[in-house]
Amino acid sequence: MIGQGLFQHSWLAGDIGFNVENLREGFWQFTIDGLAWGAIYALVAVGYTLVFGVLRLINFAHSEIFMLGMFGAYLCLDMILGFAPSGNAYSLGVTMTVVYLGAAMLFAMAVSGASAVGLEAVAYRPLRRRNARPLTFLITAIGMSFVLQEFVHFILPKILPGYGGSNAQQPIILVQPRTQFEIFGATVTNVTLVIVASALVLALLTDLVINRTRFGRGIRAVAQDPDTATLMGVSRERIIARTFLIGGILAGAAALLYTLRVPQGIIYSGGFLLGIKAFSAAVLGGIGNLRGALLGGLLLGIMENYGQALFGTQWRDVVAFVLLVLVLLIRPTGILGESLGRARA
Amino acid sequence: MNTLLAPGDGLRRWWSERSRGQKWIFGVLGFGALALLPLYTPPFLDTPGISFGGTMAQFAMVAIIAVGLNVVVGQAGLLDLGYVGFYAVGAYTVALLTSPDSPWNQVGHGEWFAEDWAWLSCVPIAMAITAISGLILGTPTLRLRGDYLAIVTLGFGEIIRLLADNLSGVTNGPRGLNEVAYPRVGQSAELPEGVFSSGNSSGNANYGTWWFWLGLILIVAILLLVGNLERSRVGRAWVAIREDEDAAEVMGVNTFRFKLWAFVIGAAIGGLSGAMYAGQVQYVAPPTFNIINSMLFLCAVVLGGQGNKLGVIFGAFVIVYLPNRLLGVEVFGINLGDLKYLFFGLALVVLMIFRPQGLFPARQHLLAYANQARRLLGGAERKAPS
Repeated sequence: MIGQGLFQHSWLAGDIGFNVENLREGFWQFTIDGLAWGAIYALVAVGYTLVFGVLRLINFAHSEIFMLGMFGAYLCLDMILGFAPSGNAYSLGVTMTVVYLGAAMLFAMAVSGASAVGLEAVAYRPLRRRNARPLTFLITAIGMSFVLQEFVHFILPKILPGYGGSNAQQPIILVQPRTQFEIFGATVTNVTLVIVASALVLALLTDLVINRTRFGRGIRAVAQDPDTATLMGVSRERIIARTFLIGGILAGAAALLYTLRVPQGIIYSGGFLLGIKAFSAAVLGGIGNLRGALLGGLLLGIMENYGQALFGTQWRDVVAFVLLVLVLLIRPTGILGESLGRARA
Repeated sequence: MNTLLAPGDGLRRWWSERSRGQKWIFGVLGFGALALLPLYTPPFLDTPGISFGGTMAQFAMVAIIAVGLNVVVGQAGLLDLGYVGFYAVGAYTVALLTSPDSPWNQVGHGEWFAEDWAWLSCVPIAMAITAISGLILGTPTLRLRGDYLAIVTLGFGEIIRLLADNLSGVTNGPRGLNEVAYPRVGQSAELPEGVFSSGNSSGNANYGTWWFWLGLILIVAILLLVGNLERSRVGRAWVAIREDEDAAEVMGVNTFRFKLWAFVIGAAIGGLSGAMYAGQVQYVAPPTFNIINSMLFLCAVVLGGQGNKLGVIFGAFVIVYLPNRLLGVEVFGINLGDLKYLFFGLALVVLMIFRPQGLFPARQHLLAYANQARRLLGGAERKAPS
């Protein structure tokens, strides 16, 4: 192989692999797992993209909205629905599992949506009123990201014993990953099916809301030209609040799906990396563009898996970052272009 | 809230009204007093749980970082969220060249460095390599819009840490590199390895204090360098770019070149601080270079006042000193030292709303002959810039 010749005698040999065989053998498996990851990235990316489209702001704290959603889902399962964390999966039958998961997802959506709207009202609205510089918004976003993370890290355990703190939550496993069917020699598990199907439905719904409803028209109008939109009777403030709400709701849904895939991932710092990747996905598809975010999410998920197969598991995160840098250098407007208003998406 | 955060203004005004000679006198007195602080620590300043000298050494390192980051963020207006990456490159350069755990160790007989001078010889190398890494990162990315730059630099900082973690054949991975070189000066019977070694751990003049003194000297040197740059054509170009990049471009400023300069100079200063860290702790491992530290450094700059190099040093002091002072103080069963990120996050949010220019806002050096102009205008400029 080409790659091995290159690295054979160098000190990198043990650290970076270049395993084409591995990628070729497991190609379809990597693709399908990548789709599940990508669906989660896509849902989170929509939050970045909508806010960027309307406000030209990178909502750095969006990853923390996602993190709060994970805790919301966990709280619902644990306290409201009464599942105790245990090493074994509950087997409740398909219908009941779907009902419980749906309830947890709704709760996570409520938590994330409410905190996104709250974040906007507390941190960003005062800045808009003062006509702050873009850099000021970004620094505020970083500050809020700190505040939310550290709140869950240190304050939450004092309010709700057993929640937050330095360690991840004990997983509550409702769905035991089980192979449903095979396609091209790759196995598709029930978890993958649930993730991809729910994400698809939510993405379609969001697309409908943005493109077909009066409210969506308002968002597109503000994204295209805030001043003219205001003159036409669109309340900019209300549109902004609702944009944050939609982003938050989708992040909440993504949070529940993520905990299905990674049950042990509910931790105060669990949003950061995923947030960066979702942002990369949004940029990849064209930030500010709804369909771009969905496409970018799926692509990023798949490519990350291919990268992992080629170079080794520990390089997974590097692949996403390198991809982000490359996209920004080669085509900063992303695959589908930037505008929320003009691209009709 | 606005008046509550305003005391910096009076001090700032007083300082800017001093003549250059007076500034020198007060500066020397101020730094002298600072240098004596670890020897004659007032009880209310002391840090009970941890060595005061060590705290001050940490302060000196973060102050160097803050001055360097201030060039990038405060002067040129480029939001760099991956600054910790340069800090890491500097620290790893020294560690890789001098640690026995590293395959590239160059200390010992027949190698590049003699043991006594290894650290000092590595400092310029570390600065050069970080400057080059700044050049490599900056050349493609500085053409991007400001907010994208923030994310790309964030990615860079994270990639550097992941590389340090994953390339275990070279960096020893998560186990880190031990026994990094440090200056061997002032050896005596009690201290066979000199005053800078971690063996010198008792009393007020412990190794932390010595590193603090070394740091102070470096800070003064950097302040002079950066101050001269600020007053030069380069500094005026930076301010022009920060205030309005398009206008600067139209006026004939080669914006890309000057942004790259800011980036490279900032990187080199970050590398210097990293080299100091590696020497002081004598151990370098990936978790130190977690991306959250980047945010902490940014907090020092924003808190002190973007663009004000003395202000950001104060910001660095707050960032380092407060968590160490509050270490072990408990409120409602929560250790206040743990809450540093929460407090600093809150501070960022509150400052951005009520006082985005920081505690000690920068004076706008828009005029080359600012002092003469001020004298001519009398009190007219006293209105606070919004």
